[in-house]
Amino acid sequence: MSASLIGARVQRKEDYRFLTGAGQYTDDVTLPHQSYAAFVRSPHAHATIKSIKIDKAKKAPGVLAVYTGEDVAGAKLGGLPCGWLITDVNGQPMKEPPHPVLAHGKVRYVGDHVAVVVAETQEQARDAAELVEVSYDVLPAVVDASQATKKGAPVLHDIAPDNTCYVWALGDKAAVDAAFAKAAHVTKLEFINNRLIPNAIEPRAANGHYSRADDSYTLYVASQNPHVERLLMTAFVMGLPEHKVRVVAPDVGGGFGSKIYLYAEDVVVTWASRQIGRPVKWTADRSESFVSDAHGRDHHTIAEMAMDKDGKFIGMRVHTTANIGAYLSTFASCVPTILYATLLAGQYTTPLIFCQVTAVFTNTAPVDAYRGAGRPEATYVVERLVETAAREMKLDPAEIRRRNFIREFPYQTPVALQYDTGNYDATLDAAMKMADVAGFAKRKEEAARRGKLRGLGYAAYIEACGIAPSAVAGSLGARAGLFEAGEIRVHPTGSVTVFTGSHSHGQGHETTFAQVVADRLGMAVENVDIVHGDTSKILFGMGTYGSRSIAVGGTAIVKALDKIIDKGKKIAAHLMEASEGDVEYDKGVFKVAGTDKQKAFGEIAFAAYVPHNYPHDKLEPGLNENAFYDPANFTFPAGSYVCEVEIDPDTGVTKIANFTAVDDFGKIINPMIVEGQVHGGLTQGIGQALTEGCHYDPETGQLVTGSFTDYCIPRADDVPSYQVDTRETPCTHNPLGVKGCGEAGAIGAPAAVINAITDALWSMGIKDIPMPATAQTVWKAIQSASKKAA
Amino acid sequence: MSVKVSMKVNGKPVSAEVEERTLLVTFIREHLRLTGTHVGCDTAQCGACTVQMNGNVVKSCSMLAMQAEGAEVLTIESVAAPDGTLHPMQAAFKEHHGLQCGFCTPGMVMNAIDFAKKHPGASEPEVREALEGNLCRCTGYHNIVKAIMAGSKAMAGAK
Repeated sequence: MSASLIGARVQRKEDYRFLTGAGQYTDDVTLPHQSYAAFVRSPHAHATIKSIKIDKAKKAPGVLAVYTGEDVAGAKLGGLPCGWLITDVNGQPMKEPPHPVLAHGKVRYVGDHVAVVVAETQEQARDAAELVEVSYDVLPAVVDASQATKKGAPVLHDIAPDNTCYVWALGDKAAVDAAFAKAAHVTKLEFINNRLIPNAIEPRAANGHYSRADDSYTLYVASQNPHVERLLMTAFVMGLPEHKVRVVAPDVGGGFGSKIYLYAEDVVVTWASRQIGRPVKWTADRSESFVSDAHGRDHHTIAEMAMDKDGKFIGMRVHTTANIGAYLSTFASCVPTILYATLLAGQYTTPLIFCQVTAVFTNTAPVDAYRGAGRPEATYVVERLVETAAREMKLDPAEIRRRNFIREFPYQTPVALQYDTGNYDATLDAAMKMADVAGFAKRKEEAARRGKLRGLGYAAYIEACGIAPSAVAGSLGARAGLFEAGEIRVHPTGSVTVFTGSHSHGQGHETTFAQVVADRLGMAVENVDIVHGDTSKILFGMGTYGSRSIAVGGTAIVKALDKIIDKGKKIAAHLMEASEGDVEYDKGVFKVAGTDKQKAFGEIAFAAYVPHNYPHDKLEPGLNENAFYDPANFTFPAGSYVCEVEIDPDTGVTKIANFTAVDDFGKIINPMIVEGQVHGGLTQGIGQALTEGCHYDPETGQLVTGSFTDYCIPRADDVPSYQVDTRETPCTHNPLGVKGCGEAGAIGAPAAVINAITDALWSMGIKDIPMPATAQTVWKAIQSASKKAA
Repeated sequence: MSVKVSMKVNGKPVSAEVEERTLLVTFIREHLRLTGTHVGCDTAQCGACTVQMNGNVVKSCSMLAMQAEGAEVLTIESVAAPDGTLHPMQAAFKEHHGLQCGFCTPGMVMNAIDFAKKHPGASEPEVREALEGNLCRCTGYHNIVKAIMAGSKAMAGAK
């Protein structure tokens, strides 16, 4: 085994089961005596519940039980907790209204859970749900955050009479204002970062099962973090001891953030399974996914950048109103604050930054982290300002970036983060070369001859991943630690099972993590299995989000590997009658330095389990180690994207002619998998920029974009083939030198696309275009610009 | 009201008493426990439920089991050889990393095989157009398109 597995394009171990239909997703799990749940959801955005009549539903064929908010309140089921406490500008805690698992007294968004019906079959449950008669007093609704803070707006929660959850700020406002006062040029933009609906292709699902035999619960659930799910559900909602609850997240069909959270349905099916003494399964249909999965983004922002005469950034001022929906979802509060404002330095030396965020309750689905979570919003602010500033100051957009790039590391930003490493010139240079920026003028001319408008835009993003040093997160309000756990179990004949608290739902951990372990132990990838997603097998885990798995979960595995090797050295020293200090280890072989004595890893494993000749006075038998890893800092993936678009001015249709992404993810374990992550992220980012926009009716609060016909996630012919490459500055504070790659594409792409579109339209006087820049939006902008010009 | 349906699924005759409204996908997943066929949208948009019926691909979430009376239905479970060897299209998806979470994959593969059979040598834009009815949220389609081009070539070569 001489060739390194680190950096190898190893085909995925998980693919065979997915390709042959043998994957096991939550809805594929059907237990003996399975029953099925259907939820009655509010058809109104805001209403008082006058009465709920369940008699007809209870008598319907196959119905086993019907529960309402009163039942769960009577059973002392707590509300869904929020995992991050934000302290406002006055030092007060954010407003945390109750978030009941079934609505009690009032409903606050279309899709809010009102009752649940449990029946013998899914069809019977759904039929009976329609027989539950809920009488409502409909109240005025507000769906737009800027409207919700106005005097006289409908009030969602008594404890927040102005619908404001918090007003939070970061940075020295007076110093920033002073910088603006002496600026040679100020660029100002006001825009909406459009609300998105995640739409993993597997709808959410949960199957709860209470076992009378040992008074314990098992919950199968489409989750990105089963341990977090268990912790929140047991400690905060159900008041159960954790050892009586097992949470299994089997194969999960995409998450993108939307499966991080503890949802009402998960709690209700678990609780109901005990009430009826049978397992209870709920699987969302797509309409339910649209109305009840946590949404993403939805910022209204006014952003300003102050420059000196040379285009050096001297200050930045950002005011954002963030719509957090009707209730606080699990991590809703930290997304528009901690994960947003701290990224506003971007790749630049901007010395003074002030950001104020007002988080607002509205009659819409809860908003929480969606791929990128705060960082796409921050990147959009920074990169739209930078590109617009360059155009206004008649500087080349690449040049203005170079004048402001951070080049010395570690670099302390004015917004709390300390970047450990990076090389922003390297990624920008590579991207420009790959995108043939030099040849753009010719392509633009050629397009013009065909009557098309061609534009080129950049985005140079940074993100903070590998979340997070627990102490730092705790000081910022996190109510959980953010470490990761891993365990290496070496079997007597030398094969290995690895248990990780990270969860894979498309990221390919079963391959990437196996490469890390197999490389270190000098064995074939096939001899290493990765187990994830089951609290009964894995010692603990914080799960997968924020591109943290390889940086935090991978490092926990490496730390456990270190312990395995250390113990192996002791066994090897005994077997070879050498001093432990003389034993060296390299890829599966223990050697006595300066001699030809050696033992293979498999021999050591065997000796550990068949300890006939073994240092029993010093060592326990067996070869099994675990480790917890709490990172010292965030990791800082960064990169440069170049997007080239061609717009048909007659129709407004924007085609992406070329998209180039050059990322620095530090060391890369499996480039094939990393490229796949970038492709997927880019497509979601392009979706945000061009096709995806969640729309609630402003009067009724109905979700207008509630199906795939109304909400356009990109199809194959909406996006191009991508040009992707990487540059590498290894992370300085984890042993693998890795940074994470899962969200980059979604973070950088929206700004690059809109910068390209506005480049194409700049000469017409169009400085900004809202997302999604659909054909209609672009066409309207061109029409109104032409009218002005005429 | 229940009704008896009979059909051949993956070469095996099957029959069952089902409700009249039972969807073909429900019959496949719940009655036959062939859970490789997935439900992603219930509205014929996402294509995760794609199966082959009488030589054409259909979306099994949008038709009744009764409508498949007497039909020959093939699901993803039938695609690999009996010894487990992957079909050239499946192998191409693996080689080109044309799947991530795997949820859309069975529908993608069923559609891709049908398309490749009927349109050998299709161009990239043609492949992208053929995927209009199959949504993927993970891959950005880049590698799916590559996989279908390669799988299509391999299928033509294997003839």
